[in-house]
Amino acid sequence: MARMATSRHVAVSTFAAWLVGFLIFFPILWMVLASFKTELDAFAIPPKFLFFHWTTENYATVQERSDYLHHALNSIIVAGGSTLIALLIAIPAAWSMAFSPTKRTKDVLLWMLSTKMMPPVGVLVPIYLIYRDFGLLDTLTGLVFILCLGNLPIVIWMLFTYFKEIPKDILEAARMDGATISRELVYVLTPMAVPGLASTLLLNFILAWNEAFWTLNLSTLQAAPLTVFIASYSSPEGLFWAKLSAASTLAIAPILVIGWFSQRQLVRGLTFGAVK
Amino acid sequence: MAHTPELSPSQPSGALPRMAAPALQPTETGTGTRQTQLLARMLLTPAVALLFIWMIVPLGLTIYFSLLRYNLLDSESAQFVGLENFHYFLTDPAFLASLQNTLVLVGSVLGLTILLGIPLALLLDQPVIGRNIVRLMVIAPFFVMPTVSALIWKNLLMHPVSGLFAWIAQLFGAPPIDWFNDVPMLAIILIVAWQWLPFATLILLTALQSLDEEQKEAAEMDGAGALSTFIYITLPHLARPITVVILIETIFLLTVFAEIFVTTGGGPGLQTTNIAFLIYSQALIQYDVGGASAGGLVAVVIANIVAFFLVRIVGRNLEA
Repeated sequence: MARMATSRHVAVSTFAAWLVGFLIFFPILWMVLASFKTELDAFAIPPKFLFFHWTTENYATVQERSDYLHHALNSIIVAGGSTLIALLIAIPAAWSMAFSPTKRTKDVLLWMLSTKMMPPVGVLVPIYLIYRDFGLLDTLTGLVFILCLGNLPIVIWMLFTYFKEIPKDILEAARMDGATISRELVYVLTPMAVPGLASTLLLNFILAWNEAFWTLNLSTLQAAPLTVFIASYSSPEGLFWAKLSAASTLAIAPILVIGWFSQRQLVRGLTFGAVK
Repeated sequence: MAHTPELSPSQPSGALPRMAAPALQPTETGTGTRQTQLLARMLLTPAVALLFIWMIVPLGLTIYFSLLRYNLLDSESAQFVGLENFHYFLTDPAFLASLQNTLVLVGSVLGLTILLGIPLALLLDQPVIGRNIVRLMVIAPFFVMPTVSALIWKNLLMHPVSGLFAWIAQLFGAPPIDWFNDVPMLAIILIVAWQWLPFATLILLTALQSLDEEQKEAAEMDGAGALSTFIYITLPHLARPITVVILIETIFLLTVFAEIFVTTGGGPGLQTTNIAFLIYSQALIQYDVGGASAGGLVAVVIANIVAFFLVRIVGRNLEA
């Protein structure tokens, strides 16, 4: 802070920021609390904030009754698989456009971006019919494939903006100093490419984990990831809030952690480099 | 691609030599440059080919289906009917209702996230003790999967009897609101706005932090008040990020689906049916392939109008 901040200014803005932050975060906190309540406490009016009988039985019940781990594993396979395959296809493409651009590179990039603009619902019918005819409905392969294609433009864009920042001169300098190609790769290029690769990987894992159009429409049970599993709580019978909360907490916890680590790259990735 | 250790530390030895080649020989002439370009094109081809197929095949099929009378329950009967589906879809009262709902949803969420996002970003740009923790709390809703946020809001917060909002209303002696019956669209808007507020705030905050501090100081030295500094310096600086927020959010908000799917199912009546949900229900509930395809194309056209502007802005940035 270059400007002088009076202590009163700091106190007021600190108070206001914490209050607003707490309000925005509150629904998540409330959900986590509810996951440790009995169903009766979760439903109680007036609500019980901290003084209730803490229990972890909801977590056990969710696993026993609905095989939570099966769906969590599906989520990991679908999000991880689609991200890794997208990276395999995107790394060469982004590398070539960043280091060996042609007159048309800009057009190619913008065209790739425009494919991401196509609303998924516009191609729901043909994709559904193709999947039905090829037996891909409710399969992990099918979900990995569609999420990979859906996120490919973002992956290429993110990698492109990162690769473009690697200075080409530094490679020449390394060569002048007598570095062999393999040494160049290991000691010069990799360290510079890894941060970009890592944040691309994380952001796309998050996007794929939370994707809830194709997963809801193309999977029902066997291949259903957590998005679909949670949706099955939309029409339950009886008291279920605590169990819903426990399942939800488990479903978002890993992504919240990853997300918090990659929040700084988020802006850049989601605005295609338009805001840095 | 036989080798897959893309992410291990030893990665480049497998995957990078071929890719790195163009960068390693920047000064070569003649055949070298041509080889380099050839290699670059080869590396680019798989991605371009896949995206091209991804774009052309489903879209082509959608156009084809949109010209047929084709119901999945009676799949032998597909017959060519020209533009009849478009006529039906566009004159269907459900289309007008869902178009209006889509516009209300997109417009309200955009308005809320930007009008709340600007003061929130300004607040987080102040000297705040524990700013990183506050930042984490503010960004968190963005990482919550749509089905979770919709169900948590619907049950734990907005339930007319046992929800927290009902209890708060009671405290103030007000009758509790039956959100999903009385004001279903407002309920959806609040949920979606909660999910997207972090996005707008984070982008505006990023932009604020790149604002030249000296410029603001100079303005203050010249006697400009906080308000006029905001209007004449900060706000113009935010114009571009605000545009980016509007365009990107619009792309995603036009196809809000999961939040409606798990809470209202488009109802009561058509009150929360947006275009995306209307097409979904035509396709997978009524099995009307032709009608849903025609609707899908209408959605593509609407999204393309927005995309046109976004691509221009990003493209301009690419040259800078």
